[in-house]
Amino acid sequence: MLSRLAPIRRLLTTNIRTQTYLYSTSLSPAPGFYTEQHHQMSEMLNKIIERDINPFVKEWEKKGIFPAKEVFKNLGNHGLLGVTKPTENGGLGLDFSYSVAIAETLGNVKNGGVPMAIGVQTDMATPALAKHGNEQLKKEFLEPSIRGDYVACIGVSEPGAGSDVAGIKTTAREKGSDFVITGGKMWITSGTQADWMCCLAITEPGEKNPYKNKSLICLPMNTKGIHIEKKITKIGNNSSDTALIHFDDVIVPQANVIGERGKGFYYQMMQFQEERLWGSTNVLKAMECIISETADYCNQRKAFGRPILANQVVQFKLCELQTEIEALRSLVYRATKEYISGNDVTRLATMAKLKAGPLSRRVADSCLQYWGGMGYTDEVEVSRLYLDVRLLSIGAGADEVMMQILAKMNRWPDTYPM
Amino acid sequence: MSRRILVGCKRVIDYAVKIRVKPDKTGVVTEGVKHSMNPFDEIALEEAIRLKEKKIASEIVVVSCGPSQCQETLRTALAMGADRGIHVEVPNPEYEGLQPLAVARILQRLSEREKIDIVILGKQAIDDDCNQTGQILSGMLDWPIGTFVSKVEVEGERINLTREIDGGLEEISVGIPCVITADLRLNEPRYATLPNIMKAKKKKLDVCKPGDLGVDITPRLIVVSVEEPPVREAGVKVEDAQSLFDVLKKEGHFN
Repeated sequence: MLSRLAPIRRLLTTNIRTQTYLYSTSLSPAPGFYTEQHHQMSEMLNKIIERDINPFVKEWEKKGIFPAKEVFKNLGNHGLLGVTKPTENGGLGLDFSYSVAIAETLGNVKNGGVPMAIGVQTDMATPALAKHGNEQLKKEFLEPSIRGDYVACIGVSEPGAGSDVAGIKTTAREKGSDFVITGGKMWITSGTQADWMCCLAITEPGEKNPYKNKSLICLPMNTKGIHIEKKITKIGNNSSDTALIHFDDVIVPQANVIGERGKGFYYQMMQFQEERLWGSTNVLKAMECIISETADYCNQRKAFGRPILANQVVQFKLCELQTEIEALRSLVYRATKEYISGNDVTRLATMAKLKAGPLSRRVADSCLQYWGGMGYTDEVEVSRLYLDVRLLSIGAGADEVMMQILAKMNRWPDTYPM
Repeated sequence: MSRRILVGCKRVIDYAVKIRVKPDKTGVVTEGVKHSMNPFDEIALEEAIRLKEKKIASEIVVVSCGPSQCQETLRTALAMGADRGIHVEVPNPEYEGLQPLAVARILQRLSEREKIDIVILGKQAIDDDCNQTGQILSGMLDWPIGTFVSKVEVEGERINLTREIDGGLEEISVGIPCVITADLRLNEPRYATLPNIMKAKKKKLDVCKPGDLGVDITPRLIVVSVEEPPVREAGVKVEDAQSLFDVLKKEGHFN
């Protein structure tokens, strides 16, 4: 009761949030890219973030997990988990720019873990199923994920292979009409509370080409033989549970393969385009917000008799970073537009991810420096962001892998056997 | 029941924005500032939607007076659940002089033209805090009114209303047609869902001008000057109760 009234109560008192510097949680107008509907959706999501997410993030960070079922149901009820998914499955059949608008708006969440888990649900674990899965599979796994009844996770990385997707070892052997899966997955976002996993496994052991021997399989997480070995303790993204999972002769019907057998690697690479664009977009607002907060802090904080912000070097640095953020925004918008019109945007999405990771680290690090000792405490947003964004240069393919992909697309000589 | 509800949806500066007075003191800065639907109007609309869901009303018409951006506010209202919108176009700078008397006259004409049974408005808008439009409208229409309403119960042709008044709560009963103004605790407005945002795109939104309704919006009040509220002065810390007493006495609060 009190929490729902809080935003309005605030306006009845004089305690109105003050902001010296122009920063808005709203999307930039971006005419020609965002429509009135994008903006309305974003404002609605902002209200949910302000009422149902941000007041609780500190508590979730401490617990090392957030109630994904509860948060997802809320988002699902508002139609936010299936914007690009087919209408036959309860989605809205909208183009990818709506996913981008959601990713950008989720940058207003005051931690990295919750948006990441949402992104996994909507744009990392489910695109391949939506595009290539048969109706039966979609009914069983996609539809409840869109409604927010199921939590999805994506099982690609393993203890022995992460960015090197082709090198995974988890194997699904045929037995009658089933597969028996052995192996394990690591770094699995939402892994301890997920209902199902979009699992990449070797299904064609006879095929020597590592790009053609894998399939994506819908794997219910309550299947016998799936052991959640542990919840991994990380330095950031703490409200998101990350699991190490072991498969001990897990039996799953062969009918649970998404699309064609042996095409898993290929589907996953296609899925990565959306994942990388999503991640690159998601960090925009968080970076802008921290720059704004840093400027505010530096304007109040005095050193040697004047505000820290009165130093040209501080102003110049922040302006330069703002410029780079806008450049990244333009890149993801352009990549999205090309993606919507049916082009393969592996190159642009890879570049966006390669820009977003290092830039977000630089923004967080530069800002933290200007906070001085305060920046080194766990009481301020900047230290939390510093730890959260570090992941962006690693997850969904490390920066080095992005560069490797780009180099390969240039058809330059192999630097080592690939 | 084929009752029709009219809801006013004013576009105001968002509640979270820090208001700044224009340097020439003629008003507040609205350029480049985030706007949204007046929160009390959202509550009014939510109540209308609930009445429709209970089949007490059959159609909800939302109206907003102001510049073209008001259509965004109306789209939000349509996405929440209103059936159609009317935008009464009042471009700047005329809009800055649009006052409750004129708005009430517009709402009166619309209520008559659209055969409205119940008008629900926010008790006030959070920009000018006038708290007048509903009352003036009720007088113009010669309909009963319940202001500062925190509960609405329809019983046949009458509506039982609970009003928040200084001394507590007051229960009144009014006949239909009537005017209701919503207080903060009436309900918790829903958020538009994405499917409804997409559907709202296709809902009807008519545009008209005050002149089309025969309303003269010439302002009757003149704004002399708009000032920032006085800045609160810093307090002082005192050691103990005795020194607090001494300070208060020195400042003449005790004899």
